[in-house]
Amino acid sequence: MAEVAVGKVAVTFTVNGVERTVETYPMARLLDVLREDLRLTGTKEGCGEGECGACSAFVDGRLVNTCLVPAIQARGAKIETIEGLASGAELHAVQQAFIDAGGAQCGICTPGMVLATVALLREHPEPTEAEVREGLAGNLCRCTGYMKIFDSVETAARAIRARQDAATAGEGGAS
Amino acid sequence: MGKYVGQSVPRKEGVDKVTGRSLYVDDIVLDGMIHGITVRSSVPRGKILGVRFDPGVPWDEFVIVTAKDIPGRNVVAMLIEDQPFLADDVIRHPDEPVLLLAHPDKHVLAEAREHVHIDVEPLPAVFAIEDALRADTVLFGDDNVFKRFDVSKGDVDAAFARDDVVIVEGTYETGAQEQMYIEPMGMIAVAAPGQGVTVWGSLQCPYYVHKALKPLFDLPAEQVRVVQTVTGGGFGGKEEYPSIIAGHAALLSWKAGGVPVKLIYDRAEDLAATTKRHPSRTRHRTAVTRDGELVAMDVDFALDGGAYATLSAVVLSRGTIHACGPYRCPNARVVARAVATNHPPHGAFRGFGAPQSIFGLERHMDKIARTLGIAPEELRRRNLLATGDTTATSQVIEEAIDLGAMLDDALSQAGWAEKKAAFAAHNADPANTVKKGMGLATFFHGSGFTGSGEVYLASVVGIEAGPGGRCTVLAASTEIGQGTNTIFSQIAADALRLPYELVEVAQPDTARVPDSGPTVASRTTMVVGRLVQDAAESLIHTLRDAGLLGADYSAEQFAAAVDAYRERFGTLRVYSKYKQPPGIVWDDKHYRGAAYAAYGWAAYIAEVEVDTLTYAARVTDFVAVQDIGTLINPLLAAGQVEGGVAQAIGWAVYEGVDWRDGHMANNQMTNYIIPTAADVPPIRVYFHSVPFKYGPSGAKGVGELPMDGPAPAILNAIEDAIGVSLNRAPALPEDIMEAMLAASSQSEAHHG
Amino acid sequence: MRANVASYDVVAPETLAEALTLLADEPGVWTPMAGGTDLMVLFEAGKLPTGRYLSIHGLPELRGITVDDDAVTIGALTTYSEIRDHAVINADLPMLAQAARETGALAIQNRGTLGGNIANASPAADSPPALVAYGAELTLVSAAGTRTVPYRGFHTGYKQMDLRPGELIHSIRVPRRPASEGWVHFYRKVGTRAYQAISKVCFAACARLSDGGVAEVRVGFGSVAPTVLIASALEAALTGARLDDAGLEAAVAAAARHEVAAIDDIRSTARYRTQVSENLAVAFLHALRAGG
Repeated sequence: MAEVAVGKVAVTFTVNGVERTVETYPMARLLDVLREDLRLTGTKEGCGEGECGACSAFVDGRLVNTCLVPAIQARGAKIETIEGLASGAELHAVQQAFIDAGGAQCGICTPGMVLATVALLREHPEPTEAEVREGLAGNLCRCTGYMKIFDSVETAARAIRARQDAATAGEGGAS
Repeated sequence: MGKYVGQSVPRKEGVDKVTGRSLYVDDIVLDGMIHGITVRSSVPRGKILGVRFDPGVPWDEFVIVTAKDIPGRNVVAMLIEDQPFLADDVIRHPDEPVLLLAHPDKHVLAEAREHVHIDVEPLPAVFAIEDALRADTVLFGDDNVFKRFDVSKGDVDAAFARDDVVIVEGTYETGAQEQMYIEPMGMIAVAAPGQGVTVWGSLQCPYYVHKALKPLFDLPAEQVRVVQTVTGGGFGGKEEYPSIIAGHAALLSWKAGGVPVKLIYDRAEDLAATTKRHPSRTRHRTAVTRDGELVAMDVDFALDGGAYATLSAVVLSRGTIHACGPYRCPNARVVARAVATNHPPHGAFRGFGAPQSIFGLERHMDKIARTLGIAPEELRRRNLLATGDTTATSQVIEEAIDLGAMLDDALSQAGWAEKKAAFAAHNADPANTVKKGMGLATFFHGSGFTGSGEVYLASVVGIEAGPGGRCTVLAASTEIGQGTNTIFSQIAADALRLPYELVEVAQPDTARVPDSGPTVASRTTMVVGRLVQDAAESLIHTLRDAGLLGADYSAEQFAAAVDAYRERFGTLRVYSKYKQPPGIVWDDKHYRGAAYAAYGWAAYIAEVEVDTLTYAARVTDFVAVQDIGTLINPLLAAGQVEGGVAQAIGWAVYEGVDWRDGHMANNQMTNYIIPTAADVPPIRVYFHSVPFKYGPSGAKGVGELPMDGPAPAILNAIEDAIGVSLNRAPALPEDIMEAMLAASSQSEAHHG
Repeated sequence: MRANVASYDVVAPETLAEALTLLADEPGVWTPMAGGTDLMVLFEAGKLPTGRYLSIHGLPELRGITVDDDAVTIGALTTYSEIRDHAVINADLPMLAQAARETGALAIQNRGTLGGNIANASPAADSPPALVAYGAELTLVSAAGTRTVPYRGFHTGYKQMDLRPGELIHSIRVPRRPASEGWVHFYRKVGTRAYQAISKVCFAACARLSDGGVAEVRVGFGSVAPTVLIASALEAALTGARLDDAGLEAAVAAAARHEVAAIDDIRSTARYRTQVSENLAVAFLHALRAGG
């Protein structure tokens, strides 16, 4: 059937801080490599065309749609997925905020939405409403109408600032 | 109210969802699992002449299933048994399943599908409601009508003959809408002769799938097992179609001798093939006095059911009953029909027919107001139902409602009067190319199944107490994002007087949970939630009757009592069964009486901007005031309203299905436009909570109500902004442009 | 996914020289692939031709933004995010920053590149109208050397362009258009929603005003013709015109309506695209009057 028959190649990258090598097709979507080869199924597929953001992950510190990244382009990359966000049993502040403020309903957009929020708050620790809307516009949610997601972002931003303030105060006390 | 009911306790499965640990169907891998794909027709209607397989494909590596391989009956068991699992003889819509393929390597499947050709002799097809009603081409019965309902109250013809009434007429249409749950549909099946059938998948109604699989395989109930996996949204879209996918996956597994088969739709297939909201057409003819008192309503309501009957009759029923709205009117007639076309079957979607008929009515109310020169809020105020009034089906409203107070609250929260004045001044300045407007809708939505539906369903819920006093709610009602797990746990924890953490909800699995009915119709909290409460109370009685539990007890004492009971009797599991509230009398023959045990009530206001350079309408503020009874979980309730409003905003101004010969041509997320975080306005939600005596702690349904009002409110606001009437939803920029150009050429003709 | 992943070969050379050599040695065999935000969508839909692809995404020689007194030079593989966030681009070439900001959403902007957007040659792309309006130049590179061509005229027909076999887009040079020198910028993307939208009409215009008249103007349209459209008739109607000329509005409207060649497709109608093009051209004139 196929005019070109391609073999698998070895692709090495780090995922959530661990170096991994997979044997895969060069055109294989990073999404499939994560989900099928590495069994990291927290990264979801909603559309396969970069529209919904359910497959969001960080590649070299930048939020991307993993359905649009061929495996070969992930060679040597530093990849962070939803599975790597919490530190052990302790949830990341954004994850906790999505529980507390009702930002997760059916949950299928949630991993991507949480990571998009992490990206947003890295860039804008105190985001304006317009920055929140723009920052999350690539992650579609059909359940919440986005209001509780906006609340979750605000809750998370406050929690992160409070933690940083506490840490700064702690440092001040020590010096 | 108890310790948990009324509190925004955190979602039960919240941690699993935010960490990505929740397993949706596509996340599950079984040993030896292979992958399936569906081969579909590509013409809207025709006779199948044959199927050809191109040479050059190693077909012996594939599992191939056609209608001939079906061990039982080739029919999807629903209301009318007209839809086959696999078309055998006749094609009735452009995306109809004909043949199934499976292969261990999922990458070769889509390519192989291109090498299967279904030869079809085309037959004339029908796509428009009016064409179907004319019945020049007959697709179903002798008139293309799947179902007809007639509602009659008073003497409509005599009322229209009165000389003190003004008669206002209008026609309103709505387009198809895609549910667009973000998780596409999918199933995994293990099935083999002698072993029975088990399916796991994304679905709303485990027992619907169960009912459909039994005749397909000619198996007794106990040999069919349906398990719901974590489900990424449904909105009605996963009510009926999952039966077909489950059947397909199971047929492939059956033919492959019990090898597990995974069948996951990609987005394009999910959009093209699965059910959508029924397109509708509503004609209104209304007699009203000059000071705005409704005297008679004559409504002709029609739905495009698509190629098969599926749930159209029930969708039509709800649309019929809501067609005259929450208004007092002594004379009413509704003629409602669902017709056959060659679109893929339309089906359940949040609101279930009510958003369609309410759209027509609430646009029409604005037209009446304009005709009479009465403000739209005032026209509604003069006609709103109050306690003791009767609906169009002659149901006496016994709830203590005050819809007028809700309307006043909405007007005040929206700043209606001030903004209307400010916008009028703004719009008068031609330099302002962005025009602003406000619109409203008042409406109701019946909770639970219509009429005697709940009695026929006879839902059952169980609660089982296990070691350590941990209690598990056993119900087939599914968590699809709306909060079933959390709400049931809250209700049960309060009824059991146990900590929330000690209660959990079992994964819906027909091998374990009783049939608590489908997860539809805003019934889960009100109807099934009440059964959870009853079951929990009866579990306490059981322990007390056994002399193991006192009047007051701690969690530890409860645990000790459960352990003692289990030691003595084995299992501790109790069930509760639906009992209809008194006074519910429904005459199915004449469509008269108490259609619903309770209604949610609402007054919604939309504020919009219309850019006259691009003709795009944007909703800039939204106020939603409603009464859904007691709030079990205020955070979840508000989330339901906000999500419903956003979905309805999509239906009003973004979401159009582009039909080409019955096929959805824009079947990609990039071309079917749902709102992003940057497109929704602030959605401001307010509750007026009047407890409903027979709901759990006074709760009524919430899921569907917020879908009903926004679209007409938004189109009313668009008319307020630009002075041009749009009577079809969605109002896309192209539609607004055409309406504005037509209006301006008309006014030029008048002045010229 | 509708494509068979085993039918696509992709290689990813580490240097530009390596890539150019491969393109020269096996002419017509390799299709370049940048950030993948267009090609992977076709791949998913089963519409990407099977064959051999050359991933240039990692080539450092083609990345980065350099600024001199007259122009900003943008490496072909610079992402939309880098363009969106660049201070000089925001100040002097705001339409380019806005086009980048309105392409897809954040995750697309992190991956999509300006050169990829040009080479994909979609008539609905968001940056090309701005590049037309700014009078950009392209530097093209091959094993045989480099050449520079004006962007206006680079696209020769639907998905056709003046790119020779073995040639890659190296960089895009855009002359600076500071407001302090009298430049007025007017960009409007008309999509189906605020973000994650493909243009139905895109309009970009940049004019220099002097003494109540239009000294210089360039206008580009997207989504209304088989390629990005150079609005020559509109430019002619405006160039040298006095802003207080009472007949100018009708001339602008007629020119815009006349030169767009819009079609009906899955996203909009020809009537809509034509009418909105006219409206935006007139709105541009109003903006000039307000700013002049």
